[in-house]
Amino acid sequence: MARIRAFENAAEEASRGGVSAFGAALAADVRVRGPLHLSTGQEAVAAGVCANLAPADLITSTHRGHGHTIAKGASIERMMCELFGRASGTNRGKGGSMHIADFSVGMLGANGVVAAGIPIAVGAAHAVRIRGGGEVVACFFGDGAVNRGPFLEGLNWAAIHRLPVLFVCEDNRWSATTPTAAMTAGEGALARARAIGVDGLVVDGNDVFAVDAAAGELLARVRAGDGPRFLHAITYRFKGHVSVDPATYRDGEEVARAIENDPLPLAAARIGAAQAKRILEEAEAEVRRALEIAAAAPWPAPEAAYTDIQDTGAGRWFG
Amino acid sequence: MVRMSYAQAACAAVERAMRADSRVVVLGEDVGRGGIFGQYRGLQQQFGAARVIDTPISEATIMGAAVGMALAGLVPVVEMRVVDFALCAMDEIVNQAAKARYMFGGQARVGLVARMPTGLWSGSAAQHSQSLEAWFAHVPGLVVVAPSTPEDNYGLLSAAIACGDPVIYMEHKELWGLEGDVAPGATVRLGRAKVLRAGSDLTLVTWSRTVHAALEAAELARARGIGVEVIDLRTLWPWDRDTVFGSCARTGRLLVAHEAVRPGGFGGEIAAEVAEVLGIRVKRVGSPRVPVGYSRPLEDEARVGAERILAAIQGFH
Repeated sequence: MARIRAFENAAEEASRGGVSAFGAALAADVRVRGPLHLSTGQEAVAAGVCANLAPADLITSTHRGHGHTIAKGASIERMMCELFGRASGTNRGKGGSMHIADFSVGMLGANGVVAAGIPIAVGAAHAVRIRGGGEVVACFFGDGAVNRGPFLEGLNWAAIHRLPVLFVCEDNRWSATTPTAAMTAGEGALARARAIGVDGLVVDGNDVFAVDAAAGELLARVRAGDGPRFLHAITYRFKGHVSVDPATYRDGEEVARAIENDPLPLAAARIGAAQAKRILEEAEAEVRRALEIAAAAPWPAPEAAYTDIQDTGAGRWFG
Repeated sequence: MVRMSYAQAACAAVERAMRADSRVVVLGEDVGRGGIFGQYRGLQQQFGAARVIDTPISEATIMGAAVGMALAGLVPVVEMRVVDFALCAMDEIVNQAAKARYMFGGQARVGLVARMPTGLWSGSAAQHSQSLEAWFAHVPGLVVVAPSTPEDNYGLLSAAIACGDPVIYMEHKELWGLEGDVAPGATVRLGRAKVLRAGSDLTLVTWSRTVHAALEAAELARARGIGVEVIDLRTLWPWDRDTVFGSCARTGRLLVAHEAVRPGGFGGEIAAEVAEVLGIRVKRVGSPRVPVGYSRPLEDEARVGAERILAAIQGFH
C-alpha cells in the first residue's frame, strides 16, 4: 500500500499540466503526459486481493490500474519509465498509464475502456481451464463497469463454465464525475452478481486486513473449483477522475470523511507507527530512485512506432 | 485433390489445425451443432465440448474472451455468425485484439481468427447483408481476408490460424455450397492475390463473391473485344500491391468491383493508390449507399452483378 501511495503521489506531481481537460491547460514540458487516473485512497483493495495471489496467477485491471500492477509485483522503476514514455518502460513507452501491463508477473493489462477487462479475464481463466492449469484470475473493475454489458456477459460466462475467476468490484463511488449511485438501479454490485449465480462478499475496501481475509476466503472457493466468486470492496477515490481534475463537484464533507478513513493510517494503527513509518520511507525512497532513473532513461526510437503491430502486413505501408 | 464445398473446406482446415496444435480452440454460438452454415460440422464430436465451445449470445464476450485466451497462449477460432453481429464486439476487436500487442510493447500477441460471414444474404434484409471489410482494413493490427473459392477457403483459413496476428476472416454468406477441388494440406500465403484470367486492356480487382460476377463480366467483355485481367485480391490487408501494380502497369486501366457500399469502400483505397503512383484511369463498382432492402426489387438495387461490372468496363471505352 505504501509503495502504491508513494508511486501515485509522485506520478501526480510529474503529471501536472500533462493533459488539457477539466479546465487545465497543457504545459509545454511535462514528464507524464495524458490523462492519469490515480488510485490514491484505494490501495487496500489492490494490496489485499493481490496478497492472496501467486506469481503465476493472473490479473486484469482498469484505467486506474497502477495499484493493481504494483501489488501484482511489477517493477516500480519500469512502471515509472513507462509513465515517462521511455523505451525501458514495461510497455516500451507504447502504452503509458492506461495500458500498463507486465506479463512477466501475470498482469494482463490495464484497459482504457470501462469493463473491457472482464471478458479478457474470463477468457484467460477459460484458457487456464483448457490447459489444465491451477492458476486463478483476479479481475479488477470499478463501480461504473457494472452498468456495461460485458459485466453481465462476462459473469454469466464465468458462471456457466465455473471458471476460476475472482471478480473484484473496486467501488470508489464515482463514475468519472457522476456519482455511481445516481446511475445504478437495484441493490448494488453483489446483488447483480448473485442474480447471475456468482456469490461473494461485501467488504470495507479501506481495511486491507479485511480485504485480505475476504479475498482469501473467496479465492479458496475459486481454487477449490467451485467457480467464480465476487468481492465488492467499498472504498473512495481521493483524487479527481484524472490527475488534473480538482473534483470540485464533490461535497467537501464527503471527501473529508473519506480521508479520515484513509487505508494507510488504518493499517498503520494495526502494525504500529514505527514499522509503518519505516515502510513508507522505504517506499518513498524507492519511488525517488524510480523518478531519477525514468528521467534519465532513453526515449523510444521513432522507428519503434512501426514495430509490434502485426507480422502479416506490418511496416511502413505507403509512406 | 478432394472435391469439397466452401463450408467443408473451412471445416477441414479447422480440423487439421486442431489436430496439429492443441492450442487451437473454437468458440461461438451454435458451433457444437456445426454452426449455422455447417462450417464446424463434426468438430465438437471429434474434439469435445472443451475445445469446440458453445457460447451464450454474448458477442462482446465471445470476442473479449478470445482475446484473453490468446493472451494466455491459446489460438482461438472465433465465430461471429455474421459480420453484422460482430458489430456488438467492435470494442473487443478494435480496441483490444488489434491493439494489445502494440500497447503492451510486444509482451504478448493476439493470434486469433475472427470468422464473420460477409455480404448480401438473399431475403435477409439490412441487418444480415452488409459488407464491412473496409472498416476492418482501416484498423492497424488487423489482417483482413475474404476467400472466394473452396480451395482458397481451405488454404487461407489454414494460414490465418497459423499467422499469430488477429485475422478478420470473411467468408461469404452465399458461397457455402460452392464446390471445388481442394488440395488437403496446402496453405495459401496471406497477402498474395491470384490472377484468375489474363487480359491486356483492363485490370479488374475484386474479392469474395464478386470474383464470380467479375469472371462472368470478363467473359461478356471478351465477346465485345475487351481483354480483362481478373485479380482475386483474397487478402485485403495486406493487399498484394505488387500483383495489382504489375497488372495495371501493363493494362493502363483499373476497375475495382466489390459488394460493399461504394463510398468509403476498400476499392477507393486501391484505386487511389494506383492512381497516385501510376497515374492511370481508375473506376470503382460497388453497391449504392443504401441499406439492403428486403423486397426483391429493393434487394436487387444493392446487388453488384456481372451487368454492372460490364457496364463499368465498357465505360472506359
